Amino acid sequence: MRHLLSVDDLSVDQTFELLDVAAHLETLTAGTVKKLPTLRGRTVVNLFFEDSTRTRLSFEAAAKRLSADVTNFTAKGSSISKGESLKDTAQTLQAMGADAIVIRHPASGSAKRLAESGWVSASIINAGDGTHEHPTQALLDAFTIRKRFNPTGRDFNGLNIAIVGDILHSRVARSNVKLLKKLGAHVTLIAPPTLFPVGIDSWRVPFSYDFDSELDQFDVVMMLRVQLERMNESFFPNGREYSRSYGLDEARLSRLKADAIVMHPGPMNRGLEISAGSADSKKSVVIEQVSNGVLVRMAVLYQLLGGPDMQLSGGGS
Amino acid sequence: MSEILLKAATLAGGSVVDIRIVENLISEIGTDLYSTGDLIDCSALRALPGFVDLHTHLREPGKENTETVLTGSRAAVRGGYTAISAMANTNPVADSAGVVEQVWRLGKDAALCDVYPIGAVSEGLAGERLAEIGAMADSAARVRIFSDDGKCVSDPLLMRRALEYVKSFGGVIAQHAQEPRLTIGSQMNEGAVASELGLAGWPAVAEESIIMRDILLADMVKSRLHICHVSTKGSVEIIRWAKARGSLVTAEVTPHHLLLTEEMVRSYDPIFKVNPPLRGVKDVEALRAALADGTIDIVATDHAPHANEDKDCEWGSAAFGMVGLESALSVVVSTMISSGLMGWDRLAEVMSTAPARIGGYIEQGQAIAVGSSANIALVDGSAEKQIHRDELFSKSKNTPFHGMVLTGEVVHTIFRGRIVLRDKKLFEVHRG
Repeated sequence: MRHLLSVDDLSVDQTFELLDVAAHLETLTAGTVKKLPTLRGRTVVNLFFEDSTRTRLSFEAAAKRLSADVTNFTAKGSSISKGESLKDTAQTLQAMGADAIVIRHPASGSAKRLAESGWVSASIINAGDGTHEHPTQALLDAFTIRKRFNPTGRDFNGLNIAIVGDILHSRVARSNVKLLKKLGAHVTLIAPPTLFPVGIDSWRVPFSYDFDSELDQFDVVMMLRVQLERMNESFFPNGREYSRSYGLDEARLSRLKADAIVMHPGPMNRGLEISAGSADSKKSVVIEQVSNGVLVRMAVLYQLLGGPDMQLSGGGS
Repeated sequence: MSEILLKAATLAGGSVVDIRIVENLISEIGTDLYSTGDLIDCSALRALPGFVDLHTHLREPGKENTETVLTGSRAAVRGGYTAISAMANTNPVADSAGVVEQVWRLGKDAALCDVYPIGAVSEGLAGERLAEIGAMADSAARVRIFSDDGKCVSDPLLMRRALEYVKSFGGVIAQHAQEPRLTIGSQMNEGAVASELGLAGWPAVAEESIIMRDILLADMVKSRLHICHVSTKGSVEIIRWAKARGSLVTAEVTPHHLLLTEEMVRSYDPIFKVNPPLRGVKDVEALRAALADGTIDIVATDHAPHANEDKDCEWGSAAFGMVGLESALSVVVSTMISSGLMGWDRLAEVMSTAPARIGGYIEQGQAIAVGSSANIALVDGSAEKQIHRDELFSKSKNTPFHGMVLTGEVVHTIFRGRIVLRDKKLFEVHRG
């Protein structure tokens, strides 16, 4: 594997291998020494054309824990705002010796374009491209689900997962639908009709406009962030009405299975798609998702940059 | 007195003849004609009336780094065109007599084909007030087609007025049918592929609703409406219905919409980014059938040159548009003739006769007959040609057909009795 552009790049076996590596990294870094020497001398560039402090910090932490050198390049205050193109920016970073480029970009397909255009030779990791994909988010979600329900399992058969909210604009939903389905889970999408894409039928997953009818069937409820500007674009009348129909409030929370978990990719709009009570409840694994994010991104960097001769070993070895 | 003899050329109908051209006219057609001047062996070549494009972006004035009237004329001639129509979305916009006369003169100076300027419908393409349509019609360029192409005349009142106004001189409004509110931020055809790729959808109804509205308006004011680059099955059905009830509507389809589908967008390569977007297989099939049965009147290239930097980037920042003059014939032969959907007679109609009639270009689109103006494309109908972007005469290289093998190629082009392309090579004598 040279790039991670889409969850389509991963077979079921490769996915579980990545999740196993992430689990192994968790044990290796559980002690006081959190840093491994694995990627010493390699350079990882975080190329962020969108504000996303969380994802950038997560990738940065992942690279640093593997001892890679990290350069952060963010759009604000850089040449990007002066009209420099993606091509020139990427080639500049390449010339500075980037072995991997982690890219977050508002244009769908930009990670693929960077990987396939011949502009650069570095490994490309998609950290979110427009409304297309966010593969490491799907991997960390899969890792989180696996850890809860079947830590050593090789499939997600029998798991009932709901993804709720702005499916139309969500790269998290697109990556998760494909990955979780591939691993064997039963995925249901829930949103108002305006927030499903035309063509949703072709995704071959059940979708519903009704959050309540099957609420007690789900093992996992994944809430998506609602961008506030959608209200001004008439996707729904206002936040109050959205919350009433599609928000995870305490009443809905209480109807979930006893061992069900609540997920959210963050940042949350408390009071809109998720109530404070639900976000802070025992069912919520939101904080766990964040720490798992670092582990999964370490695993991805290791798989892409670590040669076959490179061994994972304990800190200080 | 210049004389050319085209020896053993096959006409659209299939007969093999010798064609004598004296000065700028076809003077004699027969067999075993004796040459007293230049002779071109045309055995195995089709002699067709020189092609006429009603939809060409020449980028001059304003973006001469991507195309000029001269380089666009060269590309035209390479594609067998003896007339092209320069779209109004230049900078400054062709919304006054001054700008259209400038483009018209640049065409005369290039002297490779006729260049007919198209005038803007609205001042500055802003869609608010009518441009100086009358002044453009009365100018030396004698503009007859008006279009805000690139933008839709979305205001129904302005569209009504424009349709009415051009009746005084027999003009036509060429509409770029795209409802702006339904296409905010749109990137590709709305549907299953867009939903997977996460690219904002461009619904078919954004095109179809404007076509429907404009047909009703044209009917009401009894004026001529031309629909640019029809791209959906639904549009075809509306136009078929309109023609059946006698509306004065004509329509064009581009070569790329006859060949390519939205599946190409999966590469995220902006070479396939175009307005209107590439559509689905059913749309392509409907467009081909409509071109064959006359629902769609003509092929128009929507030749849209763009600088490399506007395509060598991510999808979202790339410009919309493709070049098409040099590959149009090959695409039409590959999609329409090789498939048996239509014959060479119909090809001559859709690429020459009908567009000349719609544009009122009286010296163009004439049959290959004695007394006709000698505008002729000579085509090798069975050549298998791999398209290569570096071989284009156009200043811009944004062809979506790069690497594809297509059937049919233009070999010689004769413009007003003068050989401007011979053995695929340019013969220039431009003035100015």
